[in-house]
Amino acid sequence: MSYDLKEVSKDIRCDIMTCIGHLGVGHIGGCLSIVEALAVLYFEAMNIDPKNPQMEGRDRFICSKGHAGPAVYAALANRGYFDKSELLTLNIGGTHLPSHCDMLLTPGIDMTAGSLGQGFSCAAGIALASKLENDGATIYAMVGDGESQEGQIWEAAMFAASRHLSNFIAFTDYNKMQIDDYVANVNDIAPLGDKWRAFGWNVIEVENGNDVDQVSAAVKEAKGLRNSGKPTMIILNTIKGCGVSFIEEMGVANHNANISEEDAKRAIEEIRG
Amino acid sequence: MELRAAYAECLAELMKEDKHVVVLDADLSKASGTRKMYDRFPDQMFDVGIAEQNMASIAAGMASYGFKPYIESFTPFATRRICDQATISIAYAKRNVKIVGTDPGISAQLNGGTHMSMEDIGVMRSIPGMVIYEPVDVTQLKAAMPVINDYDGAVYIRLFRKETPDVFGEGYKFDLFKADKLRDGNDLSVFVSGMFTRDVVDIAEELAAEGISCDVLNIHTIKPIDKESVIESARKTGNVITIENHNIIGGLHSAVCEALAQEKVPVSAVGINDRFGEVGKLPYLREAFGLTKEDIKKAIVDAASLK
Repeated sequence: MSYDLKEVSKDIRCDIMTCIGHLGVGHIGGCLSIVEALAVLYFEAMNIDPKNPQMEGRDRFICSKGHAGPAVYAALANRGYFDKSELLTLNIGGTHLPSHCDMLLTPGIDMTAGSLGQGFSCAAGIALASKLENDGATIYAMVGDGESQEGQIWEAAMFAASRHLSNFIAFTDYNKMQIDDYVANVNDIAPLGDKWRAFGWNVIEVENGNDVDQVSAAVKEAKGLRNSGKPTMIILNTIKGCGVSFIEEMGVANHNANISEEDAKRAIEEIRG
Repeated sequence: MELRAAYAECLAELMKEDKHVVVLDADLSKASGTRKMYDRFPDQMFDVGIAEQNMASIAAGMASYGFKPYIESFTPFATRRICDQATISIAYAKRNVKIVGTDPGISAQLNGGTHMSMEDIGVMRSIPGMVIYEPVDVTQLKAAMPVINDYDGAVYIRLFRKETPDVFGEGYKFDLFKADKLRDGNDLSVFVSGMFTRDVVDIAEELAAEGISCDVLNIHTIKPIDKESVIESARKTGNVITIENHNIIGGLHSAVCEALAQEKVPVSAVGINDRFGEVGKLPYLREAFGLTKEDIKKAIVDAASLK
């Protein structure tokens, strides 16, 4: 079955707005910037079964920038892992949908993440495990650009290349912003592509990481590199808060912002056009 | 036999039986005694290099795939260095990872203060769900390893890696959650962990001849502590002392005091008095830290007089 990824992206984006608007606050910017990657992964690239989230040999996705949990939950709900109504429980006491991804709580979440850098190492461990099991799975991970300041990212990068984990495809959500300021002003990670190449990775740079066609083409290219003996980093040049003008305009303030239900309604109108 | 050799022997048995038992090293496999296993189990041994935090999270990822990883390093790097990874990647995510730290406390000897963990039990004890086991001899460790391997959850093994005098003999039965009674007595409960256990058994024997009757328990599992046995002994003797190769803050003494918080009983302590380590061989360090057999005996005699 094939999906209209542009429409899927709109649905995911609207559901992110709805659940964060319902709660009143959330990591909105970094959720909206990865929507297209999630649409491509969950609706095109990954071998998964929403009715059997623990399916053996499935592809896995680890959102190492764990604060983008609401975006992943929106993708999972749209894909049928659980009912969309659950999205309104985001961050409410007792919920299955906490702010940061938790594998013990949410069907479809493959690894707990939130303490930055760790999810990516865990993903490398999962990729190694899959290689040992020879089950043919592809392991995907999403890393934040601010998160790339963590030393553990580069420890895992070195390890994945050293172990020739060509079943490992990672993304950097390169939206150029972090909590305090622009990444370049805080502790610059550029030139990012050169860094990953120097660490022994294939690198695919996507000019517009919020264009599903470009992201889809990049993932297909990455899958084609399975015999390269190297892991692949797809650098997604994205916009933090993408798709909702008033959130994009907040700039670095959109990392964790107050969003009212009225704001969410306005955003959804804009997304639906 | 060195404890690390016994540990490696046990691991090899477990790895032979189950290909999902894997070992991850951070460039200290020689110290941990597992270097030779790399040739024998090439698909189950992984040296990740000098990156302990990465090692801990990789292990958590592998555990998510059904593997049973053991990660190894010196105690400070297997605990305080990976505190967040042990907490989040392993314990919070309930991953079945065994963490093995070698050379606890003053046993790091010539590596000195930077490599001496006086706080590792304190660090690990405050992580919810973390089990902490400290072996005392080869017999106990060999009995413990299969039990720990079968336990589905994070365990920190605080491994003195050199030779230790025997404490347990043939027929020894190990229960991960039950302290081992080493001697029955009525005057003073002596709760001991790790490398000083043999000394304490000998001291208790000597003191029996001098009229002091010690109830000696080896607290091999410091968390969860065997509260029932600790309280039972304390109620019987009405007087307690703890003996450990760790900072008195956060280690066995703290665990025992927590267990006895509702009991009206004095709890004396022998351990490291909130100070960092330094270089030296074991005899020097035991003297410098007030942990010689004579120091321990005097502390026990002093404690016995409190009743």
